[in-house]
Amino acid sequence: MLNQLTISELTVGLARREVSAREVMQSCLDRIASVDDKIHAFISHNDADALAQADAADRLLAAGGVKAERPLLGVPVAIKDVIAVKNQRLNCGSKILGRFISPYDATVIEKLRSAGAIVFGRLNMDEFAMGSSTENSAFGVTRNPWDPTRIPGGSSGGSAAAVVADETIAALGSDTGGSIRQPAALCGCVGLKPTYGRVSRYGLVAFASSLDQIGTFAKSIRDAATLLGVIAGHDARDSTSVPRPVPDYAAALDGNVQGLKLGLPKEYLIGGLDPEVKVAVDAAVKKFQELGAEIVEISLPHTDYAVATYYIIATAEASANLARFDGIRYGARVEGADPIELYGRTRGAGFGAEVKRRIILGTYVLSSGYYDAYYLRAQKVRTLIRRDFLQAFEKVDAIITPTSPTAAFKIGEKFDDPLQMYLSDIFTISCNLAGICGVSLPCGFTQAPKLPMGLQLLGKPFGEETILRLGHAYEQSVPWQREKPPL
Amino acid sequence: MAAIEIDIKYVAHLARLALTSDEEKKLASQLGNVLGYIEKLKELDIAGVEPTAHAVPMINVTRPDEIRPSLPHEAALHNAPAQANGLFIVPKIVE
Repeated sequence: MLNQLTISELTVGLARREVSAREVMQSCLDRIASVDDKIHAFISHNDADALAQADAADRLLAAGGVKAERPLLGVPVAIKDVIAVKNQRLNCGSKILGRFISPYDATVIEKLRSAGAIVFGRLNMDEFAMGSSTENSAFGVTRNPWDPTRIPGGSSGGSAAAVVADETIAALGSDTGGSIRQPAALCGCVGLKPTYGRVSRYGLVAFASSLDQIGTFAKSIRDAATLLGVIAGHDARDSTSVPRPVPDYAAALDGNVQGLKLGLPKEYLIGGLDPEVKVAVDAAVKKFQELGAEIVEISLPHTDYAVATYYIIATAEASANLARFDGIRYGARVEGADPIELYGRTRGAGFGAEVKRRIILGTYVLSSGYYDAYYLRAQKVRTLIRRDFLQAFEKVDAIITPTSPTAAFKIGEKFDDPLQMYLSDIFTISCNLAGICGVSLPCGFTQAPKLPMGLQLLGKPFGEETILRLGHAYEQSVPWQREKPPL
Repeated sequence: MAAIEIDIKYVAHLARLALTSDEEKKLASQLGNVLGYIEKLKELDIAGVEPTAHAVPMINVTRPDEIRPSLPHEAALHNAPAQANGLFIVPKIVE
């Protein structure tokens, strides 16, 4: 089935004209029609537009095949509902944006289009990227393709589920505290969060501006590398994007990891870790040793403070970023006698519970009398957390951890206990605080029920080549990639 | 970790969020727990530590102060809940 192929496999077939872009896109749309009512990965998708893009790709393919500057020609890539695509609805999983139509393309969308990709679909997500389960969407819950009674993870749950269910060849998501890596682990695919500043945030609806990064969901490390090469790069329209050349990420994937040093943080292997996850990650560590990497025990002493630090900084930034949703210039509006009443009612009606929780928390920690005790203190702890990683990276080339302490839990299980939900981000959250890169890839399945587990590789700032190199070598030596959910 | 009490009504007003009294109660309880957990940050000695506002080595990224094409007027108004004469309509602000 064409929709089950990877980017690498498809681009060969498309260039040889063995298969058409239209056939590929149709295969994805057929799959969506067949399974999306069970998993609800998509909020919406415009089939006619997708097929029109495919036809345009076919015309280019007939004229001269896949060129180096169009590495994604004819490849369908679906988009998390938090990224602006011109003339498409942009809701961020929320009611407050009403029937908002984006007047512009995000930079990453422009780049995907230049590379020839077929940009389609609005993928479900936790509202404004706040959540770890995709239970906080105003557009319904997304379900894990491996077990529809369980969460797919979040906030990019729709992106992960769509890739794993073969509804799309690849997808974009966003990651602020783990929102790409955790759903990738829980659904069973590759999820890559680039270093902060590697990919432009222009056109990404902001949650926490110092933590957000757009990243990729793919069926293989090579695909993730290809996609990263397309979306990465300096952008004058994002003043936090870093003017650093984009290397050929796929070229680093030669399978050789001899002598690379892999750090094992002792703080990550205690307490709350599911025994099956521990066994799987231990086995992966042995596999890396077999492949020639050297394992080094390291310490990240401030690990225990990461969740608390994150939930001050991220919520503070979110409270500022979400102030713009006021019913005046766009989105839904509830009328009021004066602007204050209008704002209060519009935001009260338009935001979901988790978003309100975080806005209140963020407003509180920034408010007069509390700023020093909370926000300023958290920013200083952030320095300590970043230092832990930079010091570790003087000794090792990459760090290996579980992505999530457990496999996917049941829908509804943690919904009423926000603190429990926040604590499940323990392994992914430090990466965003420290501004480093991270990738999650499949490392096995739990026994009963059969659910995916992920391992995480963390790399130094702009060290994506190293973590992709390590991930690729591991991926090629294990059978997990070939397993498909019983949908 | 003991829960902390927070003046939800006051903070909600700062955030321009109209909450029902049920929401206020629930939020007070849930956020009280979260803040209780966050207290652990006070264990750390942060003397002499500089805050990290963002993790990239970039400062003062500017461009020349020149007019460049931006979102056309019509596109900016396109999603407005209420508009007239090329303006956003709002409730009366000043008496």
